[in-house]
Amino acid sequence: MIAYYRALLLLVFLFVTGCQSLAPRATGDLGLVIERATGSVQIIDTSDRRALARIEGLGDLSHASVVYSRDERYAYVFGRDGGLSKVDMLLQRIDRRIIQSGNSIGGAISQDGALIAVSNYEPGGVKIFNAQTLELVADIPAIGANGKRSKVVGLVDAPQKRFVFSLYEADEIWVADMSQPDDPDITRYRDVGKQPYDALISGEGRYYIAGLFGEDGLALLDLWQPQLGVKRILGDYGRGEEKLPVYKMPHLEGWAMAGDYALVPAVGGHEVLVIDRSNWKLVRRIAVHSQPVFVMASPDQHYVWVNFAHPDNDTIQVIDVASLEVIDTLKPGPAVLHMEFTPRGHEVWVSVRDANRVRVYDAYTRREITSLEMSSPSGIFLTNRAHRIGL
Amino acid sequence: MFAITTTGWSAESITDRRAAELRHLVMQDCGSCHGLTLKGGLGPALTPAALGDKPKDAMLATVLHGRPGTPMPPWSNLLSREEARWIIELLYRGVDE
Repeated sequence: MIAYYRALLLLVFLFVTGCQSLAPRATGDLGLVIERATGSVQIIDTSDRRALARIEGLGDLSHASVVYSRDERYAYVFGRDGGLSKVDMLLQRIDRRIIQSGNSIGGAISQDGALIAVSNYEPGGVKIFNAQTLELVADIPAIGANGKRSKVVGLVDAPQKRFVFSLYEADEIWVADMSQPDDPDITRYRDVGKQPYDALISGEGRYYIAGLFGEDGLALLDLWQPQLGVKRILGDYGRGEEKLPVYKMPHLEGWAMAGDYALVPAVGGHEVLVIDRSNWKLVRRIAVHSQPVFVMASPDQHYVWVNFAHPDNDTIQVIDVASLEVIDTLKPGPAVLHMEFTPRGHEVWVSVRDANRVRVYDAYTRREITSLEMSSPSGIFLTNRAHRIGL
Repeated sequence: MFAITTTGWSAESITDRRAAELRHLVMQDCGSCHGLTLKGGLGPALTPAALGDKPKDAMLATVLHGRPGTPMPPWSNLLSREEARWIIELLYRGVDE
């Protein structure tokens, strides 16, 4: 009888201790930080401002991005080496993982959360997977009008179960309607401009805008009126000016719509370009510290935080959208790669790769609150992205 | 300590400290486009197998002057010729060696 109680006690003890880390909790204040050199991620808690767990074995994360399931439980991590990993934020482990191509640049989740699309460099194209099982649903080779297979960039999700993406070598934008998941209906737009290198979609999912590396300007597609085709905007902002060498490609997906404006990094210039969203005309060119990489608006759209390309990447500047002026310059340390606002925008989390730290700033006083040790941190992705189009 | 050889491919004037910085630059910053493992990305693969017997001088010119029409920038304003050569040697040897 005593032995029975002992065994029972042991069971209760094991149950209690074994489940401690799995106590009921929600994921709304969680996120992932990419540790790019070690192929790992850390789960962070932005309420307690601490790291909860490190998850290893995610492959080459030199250019990685993350999207979240609708319930904010699962993170889908896209790795450079074509790895697609589904990470369980609650059980703090890899749920599923596949190698889906030779070389990948990022991905998106469909509006209904059912499909994961991955944009590939090698072989160029988009592959679409069942979000639960990671089974292949559709394979879309990106063969442009030039007959060549192209790298795919700027892949985003759009309303009505569509994915929009650009073909880097073929100068095209494609819209894939996934209403019939295993039979994508693709609309192709040709000659959109030279070498689209990245893209963003506005928060309501209406405007898809691709940046062009091979010429000045951007390519704009209005998804409410797709029959009007792709328009070139800002085609003359840098005309006649000598381009500076670009040591890191600017990123457009950082949600840079603020107030009446869209703010985008100039390619090869030390400027942030301000576009009036009512007519897509250039309003202003804001001189900044160096070449911008991310131009990210705060959730209240009052401020825009900008980081910069190598070798001037120890700096962040903050633009006040009301005055369109740079109002602050921060020096977080060597190689500031990414910034992420907390969901309602009271803090900014900043990865400083070569300091092996993620710094947490008050978004308004811009004072550092704390910092966390991370190994070569790059992208920071919070779970609230689950409820935003195009992130 | 400086050494000059007839081949012009000596990298002995690179200090250990600078070598570590250059290696970091190759992995992290070149890695942004070419992949951390240098197996390729926006830019082509830079592994010894991919480089094969391509002439080193042509590669040196690419590093120093970039490739017009592509995102490959000229590094000559950030790297000396000697440093660029050191990087070329590293790439042909393989960063894992």
